[in-house]
Amino acid sequence: MHKYKKAIREIGIPAVTLLLLGCFWELSVKIFTIPEYLLPAPSKIWNDTTVLGWNLIHHIASTLRTIGLGFTLALCVSLPLAITIAYSRIMSVAIYPLLVLTQSVPKVALAPILIVMLGANDLPKIIVTFLISFFPLVISITTGLVSVPPEYIELARSVRASRVRELLSIRLPYAIPFIFSGIKVAITLAVVGAVVGEFVAAENGLGYLITSSMAYFKTPVAFGAILILALTSISLFQTVVLIEHFLFPWARPVERQR
Amino acid sequence: MIEVSDLSQVFVAEDGGKVTALTDVSLDIADNEIVTIVGPSGCGKSTLLRLISGLIKPSGGSVVIDGETVKEPRADMGIVFQAPTLLPWATILDNVLFPLKMMGRLDAKATERAKSLLTMVGLGDFMQHRPRQLSGGMQQRAAICRALVHQPKLILMDEPFGALDALTREQMSIELLRIWNADKKTILFVTHSIPEAVLLGDRVVVMSPRPGRIAEIVTVPLSRPRDFESEEDPEFRRCCNRIRNLIYNPNLTAGARHA
Repeated sequence: MHKYKKAIREIGIPAVTLLLLGCFWELSVKIFTIPEYLLPAPSKIWNDTTVLGWNLIHHIASTLRTIGLGFTLALCVSLPLAITIAYSRIMSVAIYPLLVLTQSVPKVALAPILIVMLGANDLPKIIVTFLISFFPLVISITTGLVSVPPEYIELARSVRASRVRELLSIRLPYAIPFIFSGIKVAITLAVVGAVVGEFVAAENGLGYLITSSMAYFKTPVAFGAILILALTSISLFQTVVLIEHFLFPWARPVERQR
Repeated sequence: MIEVSDLSQVFVAEDGGKVTALTDVSLDIADNEIVTIVGPSGCGKSTLLRLISGLIKPSGGSVVIDGETVKEPRADMGIVFQAPTLLPWATILDNVLFPLKMMGRLDAKATERAKSLLTMVGLGDFMQHRPRQLSGGMQQRAAICRALVHQPKLILMDEPFGALDALTREQMSIELLRIWNADKKTILFVTHSIPEAVLLGDRVVVMSPRPGRIAEIVTVPLSRPRDFESEEDPEFRRCCNRIRNLIYNPNLTAGARHA
């Protein structure tokens, strides 16, 4: 009973709020006759976007592919990089300033240059996605690896654990919650990265859909694409939350017992 | 056989100054003996334990175990820390098996031994639980099993019951004695509780601070096996009083006989 009440409160109330907001939006557009190219009504957005059919699915798939590849690349690069930084003082001193430097360069500004460097293919947008999402990953993984309490390291030493075993059995598991908070930030940033990449150079994808439809003042389609992007972002984030919850139950915040 | 000779330890503080944690400590520990180390905080008792374990290297002097100078933690040694330091992601059974896994000596026999150890300390029903589902006392019991699982000859315990409540603490010392009775090992036990030190130890090393050194080694003439009854013994009280005097009135007892 109590559980149902909680579910109603946590899902029902926000849903009703959204619904009311949608109605308010629809009515405002109708009553004040706001031009469609300025602010399209939700019904118009739905109709114009769904009419794209398979074309739309194709755009979504393309964007998801960019996000997936860019993010995976970021994960593959940041993990060994973080381990290197965590274990070697010299590497940490050598790499850290470079990392901060790459982070302070606006990635959006890099996009046009990347096209010249890498050619007009899928690579530039994947690289932009990678560049935007990998920094929070490196930082959070490194933080997790070095913040292992000294008692655990001492425990590992007392049982003569090798450095590899210490990394695999102590440092990495300990860093899991840190890694996941990095992933949560990175996955939403990856969506931004993919869209930026598609703005600059693409023939498909939701970012491309936004720019191309706005070129013809097809505002409802642009709105539709934006909403789909927001949904993508939320779903990816929630997927990460669920993966963490089920794969690493011990990393959940401690519930009050008894 | 552990031979500690002229051991000293100097730490360099953050401001560059030097702090002498331990100076000229010499001590011989026989096989299967329980030696407890007691003293006020800052007397270097934990430092002494860590030097013997090989976790830190001494500034001077040496620790020799069975004719071999200690340079790093030995495989035939188990440590129990003040905090249980169980891995939160592993089950209690996996935590107990951790040393064997790290040493690459995990096999079916080892798993059986871990299970029987856990059953012996009353955790038989909790093997698949995670550490945070257990109370502090139960966690520390698991940590003791972890220190015993690879059948070490020497157990080093650094205030293992220090974080437990008084009742659990008493219970744990009796349990430790029971474990030792069943399977004799050399135990070096650091504590800041005088009754605990006397109840457990064959000898009590009383340390004094600034710089840390041995004030006196008190031999406890109580017979074994010991239990709560032993605390009624006049010898128990005599030993406790002697140690209390050494700690609280060091000047009065200076130069007195070595018990």
